[in-house]
Amino acid sequence: MPYRIVASQCTNCTACEALCPNQAISEAGNTFVIDPAKCTECLGHFDDPQCVAICPVDNTCVIDTRLPRSIP
Amino acid sequence: MTDLSFQDDQPGEPADPVVDISDVMQKLAEHKGCGTEGGSGKASCGSSAGPADMPAEIWEKVKNHPCYSEEAHHHYARMHVAVAPACNIQCNYCNRKYDCANESRPGVVSERLTPEQASKKVLAVASTIPQMTVLGIAGPGDPLANPAKTFETFRLISEVAPDIKLCLSTNGLALPDWVDEIAKYKVDHVTITINMVDPEVGQHIYPWIFWENKRLTGYEAAKILTERQMLGLEMLTERGILAKINSVMIPGVNDKHLIEVNRAVKSRGAFLHNIMPLISAPEHGTVFGLNGQRGPTAQELKALQDECEGDMNMMRHCRQCRADAVGLLGEDRSAEFTTEKIMAMDVGYDAEGRKAYQQAVEAERQAKVAAKAGELDGLEAAGDIGLLVAVATKGHGVINEHFGHAKEFQIYELNARGAKFVGHRRVDLYCQGGYGEEDSLDTIIKAINDCHAVFVAKIGGCPKADLSAAGIEPVDGYAHEYIEKSALAWFKDYLARVASGEIVHAERGDAAIRQGALLQAG
Repeated sequence: MPYRIVASQCTNCTACEALCPNQAISEAGNTFVIDPAKCTECLGHFDDPQCVAICPVDNTCVIDTRLPRSIP
Repeated sequence: MTDLSFQDDQPGEPADPVVDISDVMQKLAEHKGCGTEGGSGKASCGSSAGPADMPAEIWEKVKNHPCYSEEAHHHYARMHVAVAPACNIQCNYCNRKYDCANESRPGVVSERLTPEQASKKVLAVASTIPQMTVLGIAGPGDPLANPAKTFETFRLISEVAPDIKLCLSTNGLALPDWVDEIAKYKVDHVTITINMVDPEVGQHIYPWIFWENKRLTGYEAAKILTERQMLGLEMLTERGILAKINSVMIPGVNDKHLIEVNRAVKSRGAFLHNIMPLISAPEHGTVFGLNGQRGPTAQELKALQDECEGDMNMMRHCRQCRADAVGLLGEDRSAEFTTEKIMAMDVGYDAEGRKAYQQAVEAERQAKVAAKAGELDGLEAAGDIGLLVAVATKGHGVINEHFGHAKEFQIYELNARGAKFVGHRRVDLYCQGGYGEEDSLDTIIKAINDCHAVFVAKIGGCPKADLSAAGIEPVDGYAHEYIEKSALAWFKDYLARVASGEIVHAERGDAAIRQGALLQAG
């Protein structure tokens, strides 16, 4: 399942955008969003999802349980 | 490109930025303080004694930098551009979500700039404020966690305004990777925030760092951070780049330990150490704010600064300003320069006007030196008496602010060795909720409660009576005169009154440090 960004928590710090190995993160209005079609949870790239590891606010980059599991 | 430098009569930069570290250390050792305010030894950096008592190349770097030179901060302004929002570590005194409407002036601090916008903003500010000599990148995250934006900003600015000094402020984690790039852009001032040199202490300050694509926590995280900070500092010193160390004093966590930090950074060639008080309140939402960690009192802070002073410059004029501040230290004109306003401005770079202004400032500084001559005569009567006074000033080193308009007071220590600037106290009331005149006066009295007198250009009858009742003498007889000279004239009179038995000298109590928002420990 992909990650998503909780918009009300996002500080717009941009840190996750540059780290995403899939270029799945972009700015949209007053927050950043993750394209679920591109997110791989960093599997195959890094041990930890990079957006979660760098985000300055806990529980902001979270698993998107609203979407079904899929293999991109 | 036309050379717009106003310093072309001064020795130029060495062609090769890499210098011998022992040579640098020797020069730093020889430079026994750039200020000897009243012969008290290590007073303030870059004071009126000026070029005579430091190597020419160091004086050249600090003389117009308000952060590196206590004396320059009366005359020169800086600006920060918020091009670097990402951060690679987390600190317990920082909360990136905090955005107080009163403190941050909505839409300004939250405004991220692109390097192009930043460059235009610098031009606009430099044209409006000729004393703006320094451009810093201090976040709101870590400049070196945003290297592309940071260095592109430096590149653009060095093209359009080559006389402006560039500096940056970093937590140091990524510093060793970027020292050569920093040297390439002639960034000759770097501030590193170093709160510990022992990971046992560090793990209580830093919950995590982002390192090699992983989030590391605890002792391991703090160990890597301190190793990188020390390596980065050594590499800066080797290249002749001046390093200032910022440390946040956190009582019970690192207060005693900062003496060790001071030793460690001094031995690696740091030019200036700035120990700042922790600013902590629950409403900031920081870990320290929420767990009730207190900040130091004014006297605790001063005692630690005094203890670390030894033979290293201590910075006492830091205003802990925001990552997008504009103006003299202690003032913020950022609201005049929003992106919207800047993009609408037709900006021309007035190099000649800036040069003329800066020459006038130099003349003013010389006049101030002349005003100090002879001021130490008669001070031997002080004996062991030493006291603090507060001064309301808008800058230029003179008493020129009305008591009721002062947003901060500068604090001077007076004793047999002369007058020495030892700090400042903010008394503005942002983020303190409903306040009236009485609350405001109460706040001021708490903030300068350790002072014997307050010097102002003008003061109303009511506050005058209240100050006197609180034991703080309001002094308005030196309006628009030089601070040190006036303070010492008053001090001599005070000593005469004590000698005649008219008054009795008594110690004052402690004072409170205002707990405002800490948006960026710049």
